[in-house]
Amino acid sequence: MKKLFSSKLLMLMMLALLLVVAACGSDEAEEAGGTESDSTETEDTTETEDTSAETEGDTEEASSEKLVIGFSQVGAESEWRTANTESMKAAITDAGHELKFSDAQQKQENQIKAIRSFIAQKVDAIVFSPVVETGFETVLQEAKDADIPVFLADRSVDIEDDSLWVTFLGSDFVEEGRKAGNWLVDELGDEDEVNIVELQGTVGSAPAIDRKEGFEEIIGDHSNFEITQSQSGDFTRAKGKEVMEAFLKSDGDNIDVLYAHNDDMAIGAIQAIEEYGLKPAEDITIIGVDAVKGAFEAMAAGKMNVTIECNPLFGPQMVDLIEAYKAGEEIPKRVAVEESMYTMDQAEELLPTRQY
Amino acid sequence: MIKSMIKSKLFWPIVVLVLILLFNLFFDRGFFSIEVRGGHLVGSLIDILNRGAPLMLISIGMTLVIATKGIDLGVGSVIAMSGAIGAMSVAGAADDSILPLFTAIGLSVGICVLAGAWNGLLVSRVGVQPIVATLILMVAGRGIAQLITGGQITTVYYEPYSYIGGGYLFLLPFSIFIVAAVFAIAMFLTRKTAIGLFIESVGSNPDASRLSGINSKNIILMVYIFSGFCAAIGGLILSSNVASADGNNAGLWYELDAILAVVIGGTSLMGGRFFLMGTLVGALIIQSLTTTIYSVGVPTEYNLVVKAIVVLIVCLLQSPEFRKRLTGAFGSKKGVKSTKDKGVTLS
Repeated sequence: MKKLFSSKLLMLMMLALLLVVAACGSDEAEEAGGTESDSTETEDTTETEDTSAETEGDTEEASSEKLVIGFSQVGAESEWRTANTESMKAAITDAGHELKFSDAQQKQENQIKAIRSFIAQKVDAIVFSPVVETGFETVLQEAKDADIPVFLADRSVDIEDDSLWVTFLGSDFVEEGRKAGNWLVDELGDEDEVNIVELQGTVGSAPAIDRKEGFEEIIGDHSNFEITQSQSGDFTRAKGKEVMEAFLKSDGDNIDVLYAHNDDMAIGAIQAIEEYGLKPAEDITIIGVDAVKGAFEAMAAGKMNVTIECNPLFGPQMVDLIEAYKAGEEIPKRVAVEESMYTMDQAEELLPTRQY
Repeated sequence: MIKSMIKSKLFWPIVVLVLILLFNLFFDRGFFSIEVRGGHLVGSLIDILNRGAPLMLISIGMTLVIATKGIDLGVGSVIAMSGAIGAMSVAGAADDSILPLFTAIGLSVGICVLAGAWNGLLVSRVGVQPIVATLILMVAGRGIAQLITGGQITTVYYEPYSYIGGGYLFLLPFSIFIVAAVFAIAMFLTRKTAIGLFIESVGSNPDASRLSGINSKNIILMVYIFSGFCAAIGGLILSSNVASADGNNAGLWYELDAILAVVIGGTSLMGGRFFLMGTLVGALIIQSLTTTIYSVGVPTEYNLVVKAIVVLIVCLLQSPEFRKRLTGAFGSKKGVKSTKDKGVTLS
């Protein structure tokens, strides 16, 4: 036994393992290298930048025809994001355009690299969902110099010079909060006293801040509504459940409404409510945001009342915007994604059609 | 009698735990009430035990690792891995058979024990520093978990799986029994057999222990494997509690909470001594603090600051040096005089 574990052999084994791991890694590196070599190939053509005005004219004429669109996505951190990527990819190719896709894997440097390579490849439009809000000035300036319009998807950037991008198409989180508030007022507006508990998203994140703000804006006008407790559930099921448990224990019988900043926390909270011995959706009205598949399942089972849509499927809308811009139309700086709201009654019917 | 109680490593952590629990009473009269609802006991205290179960388990494993002067940063990732493996292997299983449940438990525990063994081999055989060796798994493990779940949150619809972290046995959450069982095993092995002594001796001086005939390397290997085992079960509880696997967030920062629980419990990071009971109290302090913050309604932005302040107080109370200064400051005259007297007589 001791000989089996002799240190030399062990070192060898570990080295071999490391090599295997390294080999797996190098595959990826090659892929990445692939795109990079792509960009270097096209770099030669960038030297003829002077003629860019000419080509620009060409593309404008052929605006309704085939465009080359570069799309730099944040990553694949959630089902929502994956649905968003799929929608964008499908919309671009279905409209007959050519797609160049790059996944930034949550890293800004990858995204900047991708945008640079799009510029070098002389795409007709760049769509990107910035990983972070700041630090994109230089690369966007480069895009502007190359006369490539940039469209922001889902997330915005914090840059003073707004001529650097054409428009920002994304969900209006404040509006989502307002919708939740309005639905609640319509539903329970006649009651004397409505106690609301709120599960916030990750502290400091834009959706958490805005969804809270929009909701409070509506609720604030109605004195019979009161938010009694509000805590962060970090957008996760586990935290949502844990926080809801604590809410229930401290004031369980007086809670009338739960407003969760996303559906995952609402789903966790539903479990907590059931374990506490109350009936979700009956004893406590439950409002979620996002409209993910899990929420539809919960609503179909009669455990959740309503979910406000935060629609990732805005690919077609984005393609329309790009085409409109290429056709010379004026486009507002901020376009909200078309979103609706789904209640319990619609859930069963819609469940099979949900893509994410 | 009282003096020996105060000197006990357990005294201060228990005082703090009791204070935190009593503090709740000001805000919520019914904090200590426990009632039967829906066929099981319901109450804040039960919640604390239930929610704290994964942390207690992981801290038990961490205590033994720290006792050998090591540290295991990989547990958080192992939790994610274990949850991912468990959830993925029961996804789509039929409700009527409980065989998939055991396959899931077997697979998760098996693979996580291997992960623990990997840590143990790196530390004991290759001689990599524990903090570096386990850092590798901390990074890689979460990656593996994300690979398994495909970066998505996978929901499990297989009912028996939820029993591990959400089921009830004799009115109490099942997870409490798991913790009790693991704790009993750890207690038995370390206090009723020589293993505990071996771990402590390896922690205080590995070379001397080796020369005196203890197989230090295998002891170290063993504690990391045990830590992996604890993390595997903790991961299963966490994932089964919400019936889903989340490779990104499950077990995030658990390694740090576990280290904190161990330190609060009176085990020194320098190794050589460990207090399993203290660790349990430490984990309970962390959990009841979290629950308190939620139920008292501390504004979200202040949560972490409040947590940090309480932790700081506990750590200070644990330090004999600090306590001496504190008592010195209060009863200064008397204290100074008596030391002076002593000084004179001694010289």
